[in-house]
Amino acid sequence: MDAGDIGWWGVPIAIVGGAIRVSTPFLFVSLGETITERSGRINLGLEGTLVFGAMTAYAVTVVTLSPWLGVLAAMAAGTLFGLFHGWICKFPRVNDIAIGIALMLLGTGLAFFFGKPFIQPSAPDLPAISLGWWSDIPQVRAALQINVLFLIGAALALFLWWAFRTTRIGLVLRVVGDSSDAARAMGLNPDTVRLLATAAGGALAAIGGAYLTLYYPGSWNEGVSSGQGLMAVALVIFARWNPLGCFAAALLFGGAGALGPALQSVGVTQGYYLFYAAPYVLTLVVMILTSSPGRALAGAPGELTVAK
Amino acid sequence: MTRQPSVSRRRLLRTTAAGAALGLAAPFGPRQARAAGTTIGFIYVGAKDDYGYNQAHAKGAAALKGMKGITVIEEEKVPETVDVQKTMESMINLDGATLLFPTSFGYFDPHMLAMAKKFPRIQFRHCGGLWTADKHPPNTGSYFGYIGQGQYLNGIAAGHATKSRKIGFVAAKPIPQVLLNINSFLLGARAVDPAITCQVIFTGEWSLAVKEAEAVNALIDQGVDVVTCHVDSPKVVVETSARRGAFVCGYHADQAALAPAKYLTGAEWNWANVYKMYVEKLLAGQTLPNFTRGGLADGFIKMSPLGPAVSDAARKQFEATLADMMKGSFAVVKGPLKNNKGDVVVSSGQAFVETAIELESMNYLVEGVIGSTS
Amino acid sequence: MADIASRPLATDRPAPSATARLAVLRETLRETLARRAEAVVIPVAALLVGLALFSLFIAALDKSPLQFFELMWRGGFGSWFSFQNALARAAPLLLAALCVALPARLGLVVIGGEGAIVLGALAAAAIAPPLRGVPPLLVLPAMALAGMVVGGLWIGAVGALRHWRAVNETISSLLMTYIAIALMNHLVEGPLRDPASLNKPSTLPLDAAYRIGPLPGLDVHWGLVVGTVVCLAAWVLIDKTRWGFAARIVGGNVRAAQLQGLPVARLTIGFCALAGACAGLAGMIEVAAVQGSANASLAAGYGYAGILVAFLARHNPLAIVPVAILLGGVEASGGLIQRRMDLPNATVLVLQGVLFVATLFSETFYGRFKAFNPDLWKRRD
Repeated sequence: MDAGDIGWWGVPIAIVGGAIRVSTPFLFVSLGETITERSGRINLGLEGTLVFGAMTAYAVTVVTLSPWLGVLAAMAAGTLFGLFHGWICKFPRVNDIAIGIALMLLGTGLAFFFGKPFIQPSAPDLPAISLGWWSDIPQVRAALQINVLFLIGAALALFLWWAFRTTRIGLVLRVVGDSSDAARAMGLNPDTVRLLATAAGGALAAIGGAYLTLYYPGSWNEGVSSGQGLMAVALVIFARWNPLGCFAAALLFGGAGALGPALQSVGVTQGYYLFYAAPYVLTLVVMILTSSPGRALAGAPGELTVAK
Repeated sequence: MTRQPSVSRRRLLRTTAAGAALGLAAPFGPRQARAAGTTIGFIYVGAKDDYGYNQAHAKGAAALKGMKGITVIEEEKVPETVDVQKTMESMINLDGATLLFPTSFGYFDPHMLAMAKKFPRIQFRHCGGLWTADKHPPNTGSYFGYIGQGQYLNGIAAGHATKSRKIGFVAAKPIPQVLLNINSFLLGARAVDPAITCQVIFTGEWSLAVKEAEAVNALIDQGVDVVTCHVDSPKVVVETSARRGAFVCGYHADQAALAPAKYLTGAEWNWANVYKMYVEKLLAGQTLPNFTRGGLADGFIKMSPLGPAVSDAARKQFEATLADMMKGSFAVVKGPLKNNKGDVVVSSGQAFVETAIELESMNYLVEGVIGSTS
Repeated sequence: MADIASRPLATDRPAPSATARLAVLRETLRETLARRAEAVVIPVAALLVGLALFSLFIAALDKSPLQFFELMWRGGFGSWFSFQNALARAAPLLLAALCVALPARLGLVVIGGEGAIVLGALAAAAIAPPLRGVPPLLVLPAMALAGMVVGGLWIGAVGALRHWRAVNETISSLLMTYIAIALMNHLVEGPLRDPASLNKPSTLPLDAAYRIGPLPGLDVHWGLVVGTVVCLAAWVLIDKTRWGFAARIVGGNVRAAQLQGLPVARLTIGFCALAGACAGLAGMIEVAAVQGSANASLAAGYGYAGILVAFLARHNPLAIVPVAILLGGVEASGGLIQRRMDLPNATVLVLQGVLFVATLFSETFYGRFKAFNPDLWKRRD
């Protein structure tokens, strides 16, 4: 038996590796959406931002050969989408959820439209850091090839968690999110705060897209996102608007997603569709178990449409 | 270059340009009469530049664009619903198309058949369907290539390249066309070393980038060191495999540029030949064949040039087998052969050459493939 | 969302003499007309603005906006064939949109209609083969019932989770859609697979007798009529019955509704179940009128398109019909535009996005224009 034969150990390794590989887009989008929703707005259109960010990052990288420029360009594009959403939603009676759905369509459409010439070329990848040096097992080493964006995302989750609680900006965001009237009484302009919060959310969502095209799976095509942006927005509710919760939810989702291929690779081959549904079933079960009518939307910003 | 089944199933429905234009007079004449030429419509289920299935067809369609008197119209990302029926109808009614190529398998039944009944003077040729004279209208037909041959050759290259004796296959769905490819890949590898096994992972969808990448990682974590696939867009599989240091064989189109050092070879479609054949017959006023199949020898499929990692021994066996196949009647699937549940599926002495229609309803994975058909 | 019908009309006038009564009547008529005109003029203006913005986009690409709109008209509306094309594409969207619009009355954002469509279709396709030989007049209703029950249970569960466990309905319905599609694929490729369905795993095909044909003289299947009738029924339910009224109160404020003694649980679960039944029926029609069996092609995104239609129609079942036809026409013309102008199919996505943003933005103008707003006339007095 050679060192490469790890049999069933492949499953937990795949889950850990999958959690790290697959979670990053969910993490960035859900962190971005947390900022937006904390300010009292929902931007359901981050799927469109993610796809447009994915395309922009890849296109810019193909042209400039610098993946970091690609990430920056994606952030700029995402910021624009966020600003647009934030601006248009400040008008009375404009429904933020509906505008989000429309922007999802627009962002995806624009990304597909301008992305056509970039399906063929290859672009350099974002760098990864090998944290598996301590192990002799190649599978462990491969699983612990950690992309820089994942680490940034993890640090960002921690930072946001701290910032929401202790910084002035965090306080402003929460006040605006909980009550527009209270915010105005404090001399804050809720629309401006929400505009900036939505812009920040868009920028982060676009980084999630950049990760898809510049690292994993690492190329641009029209099927690169299978709804990660939409799912990540949903995960924010699951994470109860807590950045650390977003991190946990993204890991859980990514890890559960690795289960299907990993089980097939060790010979559990029947019913793979059901294994592929594992992340969704798991999330649903956790939601059912952790929700209760009493503390319905504990942690929900008061101005949020879903919480009203 | 095409093989017609022995039963004569032709009804002489002339589809010259003139005849077809006449047939279209009512109720809506082609609004923009496209000169005196012939208009041919192509319909793709995905984006036509997907580095894979749809791109291979679009490349074939592009080869017609220079031909005299031929107008090519295309529509991409058409779902297998009433949408594709309406797309065909719209191509006929508004563009005056007289020959349609709906290229996705799901377009055949019921969509293309419904339109063929409605427009008996329009010719429909479908990629992959199993056209049968007593079941399907005479103005329809199907064409496909024996790409299993290509996967067998992929398997030979893989069999020489693997050190772990484990090769891997990322597949979309357990359907006959995919099963034949998986089996051919393993049988090719076993022609090199009978101890080789092939691990298959089904992703369940034709195009699902992240899951395809995860499947490759899972395969390589289990010691697989050569990977190939049957999904619509192999780009992700090729790139991810190469990144993990595994060798890779391509599919649908030439993906060598994506992994120059790790790409062994690939099974590619060569649809330009097929489409040109149809159009030449059409222009000559001949009846279009209803059932068209062809393999390497007919130029329906071809192999990517061998990559730098292919050893001399591999090259020798690859080229010898290729030469055999070019003579025709090469049996990839021959007895004695068991499926991976231990039952005999092909008895000793029985051989299915590439033209055998039985291969198109394959429902088993052969011994040595780790995976299940449901 | 401003609701026109619920606003009180001007009544603070004495009304004794006949001429005075006539004047009041005329005034009322004028006010009603003005309010109704608003509901037409604003969306149309929004559409025009959207189209204008989109022509800038087209012009920037060095393509002719004029040709674009000409093709759009011709491909989606301009001829009898094209209009039928639009109608055929609109048919499944009607019921799919109701799956969003009905729960919206309770303030719920359900985005999981796709799952109910897929499972409803599967249920309808699965019960037909064992009933072979039974007259179609019995089998078709049974199929419809199967689809509606399964769809109703699926989205009803979303409502139940919302009510009893306070699980957010948007996320649960989205999760359940992925689960539904996985379940459908598993069954279609496994236990329910017709062994003869080679390269397109499907359930056993329906007998020809159990297929729904086209409308007489039309090239559009009966789903269009069924969808329109159900939209009408939904409008009656929402606007004309106490159930609809109660639902709106729940949507306004759950606490208040509970204090008033309204059956919040029954309303929440009931409306969700009805919504799911609509989607399940859409699935059954898709199987019986188009696909002929259940297979992966069922997950064609009708559920998601329905979300757009419902939001554009401001969750008003009567508005769903024209909005769905409009969307159907845009999609129908997409192919022609691709073919003639050499533009990628994403062009239509961009167009839809622009049109939707413009239309949704136009919400803000309701009640702002004096011409449409009799309340402002009076302020002048």
